[in-house]
Amino acid sequence: MFNRDRWGEILQVLTANWFRTVLTAFGVFWGIFILIILLAAGKGLENGIRADFGDIATNTMFMWSQGVTKSYKGLPKDRNFNFKIEDVDALWDNIPGLRYVSPRNQSGGFQGNNNVIRGLKSGSFSIYGDYPEIIRQQPMDITSGRFINHSDIKENRKVAVIGTDVRKSLYEKGEEVLGTYIKVNGVNFMIIGTYHKSNANGNNQAQQDIYTPFTTFSQVFNRANNVGWMAITAVDGTPITVLKEQIFSFLKERHTIHPQDLRAIGHFDLFEQFSRVVRLFGALEFVAYFVGILVLLSGIIGVSNIMLIVVKERTKEIGIRRALGEGPWSIKKQVLMESIFLTIISGMAGIVFGTLLIYGINYVLDMNGPVDMFANPNVNLGVVVIALMILIVSGLLAGFIPANSAIRVRPIEALRSE
Amino acid sequence: MIQIKNLHKSYKMGSNSLHVLKGIDFSVEEGELVAIMGSSGSGKSTLLNILGMLDNPDSGDYVLDGVPIENLNETKAAQYRNKFLGFIFQSFNLINYKNAMENVALPLYYQKVGRKERQEKAVNYLSRVGLKDWATHLPSELSGGQKQRVAIARAMAAEPKVLLADEPTGALDSKTSYEVMELIQNINDEGNTILVVTHEPDIADMCKRIVHLKDGVIVEDKKVKQVRASEHV
Repeated sequence: MFNRDRWGEILQVLTANWFRTVLTAFGVFWGIFILIILLAAGKGLENGIRADFGDIATNTMFMWSQGVTKSYKGLPKDRNFNFKIEDVDALWDNIPGLRYVSPRNQSGGFQGNNNVIRGLKSGSFSIYGDYPEIIRQQPMDITSGRFINHSDIKENRKVAVIGTDVRKSLYEKGEEVLGTYIKVNGVNFMIIGTYHKSNANGNNQAQQDIYTPFTTFSQVFNRANNVGWMAITAVDGTPITVLKEQIFSFLKERHTIHPQDLRAIGHFDLFEQFSRVVRLFGALEFVAYFVGILVLLSGIIGVSNIMLIVVKERTKEIGIRRALGEGPWSIKKQVLMESIFLTIISGMAGIVFGTLLIYGINYVLDMNGPVDMFANPNVNLGVVVIALMILIVSGLLAGFIPANSAIRVRPIEALRSE
Repeated sequence: MIQIKNLHKSYKMGSNSLHVLKGIDFSVEEGELVAIMGSSGSGKSTLLNILGMLDNPDSGDYVLDGVPIENLNETKAAQYRNKFLGFIFQSFNLINYKNAMENVALPLYYQKVGRKERQEKAVNYLSRVGLKDWATHLPSELSGGQKQRVAIARAMAAEPKVLLADEPTGALDSKTSYEVMELIQNINDEGNTILVVTHEPDIADMCKRIVHLKDGVIVEDKKVKQVRASEHV
């Protein structure tokens, strides 16, 4: 393969008619260029939307209790029910494949009354009663101190972790936060940490939460053993969408609710939403490959055409070579290598130019700040490898017919041709 | 060196069949210089093509240097051509984008001779035909006689058993023709077997034996007293 004479000849043949070679190469160049750009654009869209999901555990659903709408076992409809803290252990015992089950309670919130006071300052914030695992399901950066731990839960400590915006409205700049107290609905909590949610996407509520231990919250705000809602994450490889029906039936039975009562338990399936988006990306990628390869195909037909012409022009030369003793396979290989070489060189140029353009777009995006739904378009090494494979196969395809036509003419006829 | 028995060849022309060779019996010893003569359509080129394995006979035996030539696929034929035969064509058939030395080295390349050795041999053969100083010239920079001498060097480069020349002087003026024939005679003097197809009597007289073909059969096969080309130059 790495034969100096063969390569010398390939170059001689391809450079014999520069203009024609460049025009032919442009077809392949354009095809692979379009393929790379389309794939990168799809990836950019995907990155943009994935950034919206952030590093939230996506195999998660949120589940809350609603009014019962069917009478069952002598119990009336239109009654209310609550998940209980005991449900959590029961879920762990009966449903396999769970990763995190976080019972949650909430008080206060958007446009509520001022429920938090510190000295002369006050504000309206959402207060959550949470288990330590919630930070794995809704990640946040702990900017100082620590998050709630299991000792806090066990000992019902009155401690709280506050968002950066809470800190801003209740504290002076530079004031020490850790170890100080705030009064939440009349109860004092000691601040043990501050957090910042990095992928809030402009949701200005995100930094205005106060996290307290679930047990403390239940006790001081009189929630008994009730649970407001739950965030449930399944282990990787077991979609929560599959698991959730089991969870619902189990809980309905536990709370004596009609199995067909679909409205009793409300939920939001993050995984389902996420898979829908992932499927969209799959479709986008397919379209990119489809369009890119079709464009590439027209380039390949161009190469094939030119190779046919080159072979035709060289009919006599091929006849001479065969008279001198060159085997048909060697001639075939020569034509195939010319075609693959031309395809790969022009394809590489396409990849390089495509990559440069993507680099340029990234540069502009970096300069002008983030754009909605689009971030960091890129192609990874895998795509480049796939593109190269496509090119090699294309080159082979393009050279196949000309190579066969080169050896189909018998040497005696080839010699006679002018 | 060459034995041919009862060779037949016909071409299909639409519904008609043109019987070109009608039973040729013919043999050539080592070191002979044979002229094959005949008017156009006599079958002399067809005979040469079959001898050169560029064409297959319909029937008959062909033995070259003790090797029966039959049932050849293209790969095998290419190998035999490379090993046994050197071709000299009327229109020289040099490859126009390769210089003289590369043209001469081509058969050696197909024998997978190393690059360096190939070039040395090629220059050596070029100097034997008196064109050492023209080694790096392209065919377009050479005169007709020079081109034919490069072609002869190329034919000899692979050290074949038999040289086949198809009208080697057909495209040359008479002075150059005699120069080329002198070269061919010199090569023959070294013991090489050469077959020359020609329709020019003066060229045929420079060979040692003349075979006349007419309508696909040999009508005359005689040894002649060789006229040395050097006498004409």
